[in-house]
Amino acid sequence: MRPAPIVPVATPTSQPFWDALAERRVEIQRCDDCSSWVFYPRVRCAGCLSSALTWTEVSGEGTVYTFTVARQPTTLAFADVVIPIIAVVELDEGPRLTTSLESVDPADVRVGMRVQPVFVDAGDMTLLRHQPMSERRRLREVHAAVDMEMDSGDEACLIGVQEQ
Amino acid sequence: MTLRGFDYCVAVARHRRTKLVGLVTGLRGDAALVGFAEWPSERKYGGPRSFQVEQWAEIAAAALADCGIASSEVDGLITYDLRESKDFVPATVAEYCGWEVNFAERMDLGGASAAGAVWRAAAAIELGLCNVVVCAVPSRPRPRPNNPKGPRMDWGALGSSSMEWGSPQAEFDVPHGNVAQNAGYAMIAQRYAAEFGWDERALAKIAADQRRSANATPNAVFRDVPITIDDVLASKVVADPIHVLEIVMPCQGGTAIVVTSRERAAQCPHRPVFVTGFGERLAYKTHTYARDMIRTPIAHAAEQAFTMAGVDRSEVDACQLYDCYTITVLLTLEDAGFCEKGEGAAFVNDHDLSYAGNFPMNTNGGQLGFGQPGAAGGMIHVVEAVRQIQGRAGARQLSSADTMFVSGNGGIISEQTALVLQGG
Repeated sequence: MRPAPIVPVATPTSQPFWDALAERRVEIQRCDDCSSWVFYPRVRCAGCLSSALTWTEVSGEGTVYTFTVARQPTTLAFADVVIPIIAVVELDEGPRLTTSLESVDPADVRVGMRVQPVFVDAGDMTLLRHQPMSERRRLREVHAAVDMEMDSGDEACLIGVQEQ
Repeated sequence: MTLRGFDYCVAVARHRRTKLVGLVTGLRGDAALVGFAEWPSERKYGGPRSFQVEQWAEIAAAALADCGIASSEVDGLITYDLRESKDFVPATVAEYCGWEVNFAERMDLGGASAAGAVWRAAAAIELGLCNVVVCAVPSRPRPRPNNPKGPRMDWGALGSSSMEWGSPQAEFDVPHGNVAQNAGYAMIAQRYAAEFGWDERALAKIAADQRRSANATPNAVFRDVPITIDDVLASKVVADPIHVLEIVMPCQGGTAIVVTSRERAAQCPHRPVFVTGFGERLAYKTHTYARDMIRTPIAHAAEQAFTMAGVDRSEVDACQLYDCYTITVLLTLEDAGFCEKGEGAAFVNDHDLSYAGNFPMNTNGGQLGFGQPGAAGGMIHVVEAVRQIQGRAGARQLSSADTMFVSGNGGIISEQTALVLQGG
């Protein structure tokens, strides 16, 4: 059974992020001036302090930057509720976010693992978590990368991709 | 001719063809730590209870007595939080102690607050703002019941995390359990392991070597309890890969120090400990948003501190490194430049880090061995550096103790401060 999550409270600034999650989409901000991707939601760009930030849909896919298995609840308030694999995921666009990993054995989690978003309804909110990328999706990525390498004719890179 | 301060910085910058950030002119080295007070670290303080503002006055009086300075001479103060007062904290302390000060600060750099207080005091004295600054962090329990009539402030329940509406951390990090310190440091350790490998015995050796020093430190909470590397590795894993014996023990206690001018220091009973270099760096609260989780802010802070002091790392007699977790020490050894990046474990394996060893570090046991008396945790490193330089360290006294490097660290390696302290 899925434990009851701690539900965050949206702010006027972050509301579009949560609205998108409710529609099973991931949107983050991008700066019109310096092209930086911005996460968490802000009123000004963390790259150049421009206010010209545009909500932009992304895949929500990314790579595990690091993680831990919280064998002991991180605080008493979380004693019964927290999924124990806490991770920092680097989205493919660059920004990192805190997330929790589902549908994976703690022993199988690795830094560098590809992950995809999971949308979890909790009361009025939809939360963003991650799970290992499906094998099908991951193979598609590898094939796409191979195709690109074939185009560029770089045999050495091709081997690297296959070994991944 | 020996160059100091500004001239030295310019010379170094020219020599290295680097640009010092804003060309830090730095301290002249004319302010000194002259006295301190340190309450023992205890798991459960059993003495009479008092409010924190009362404790502030008690420990300040002890520190002033240590260096023979009268309360009437105090014209500067630096404090941390005070549980009786959410705001106007420095004024509350000044009023309570009967001081009129020209310089007052309230630190908010977590475990870096102590080292941060030291350089701020020194800078204020060198600017001529004040002549005697007291920095105190009392951390004993208050009377029960805790504020019986009003709403109780929720201290420490979430460690360094905020649950306030509008706090990015409350909205995006806490709901995943990325809260307080253990998970954060564990994630930093996992990232380090993925890049450089993980020698768990080397990490455990940090705790074991430091414990040997704690065993020679009367005020340390673990003064009577030795541990081995195997003990550390046999202790339970709290958050992979961190064992419980690699984490500080929360304690009750307190510390205070007195900083004054070179002239006033000359009349004090103990050897003056001059603040000759410092650096500070912070860029994020939650490690998730660090540009690079395992290349830490101390690199910049330490480089500035050594450059300002005109001191080479090889001249350091001992390091007092903020050690909330063993991984913090490993990263600090590397990033402060005592060994190459990724070589920390080998460095630890090659050296005896105890007070009797060939790389004395955290000679009072550090917080891993001495205990972490709340916010005073960072100050125990400063006090130990002063003790050693003043030749007051008893059984663990180093034969050569003229130059110390001290680091402070707050949050999840979010804010870091470096000090170079030198005996006069």
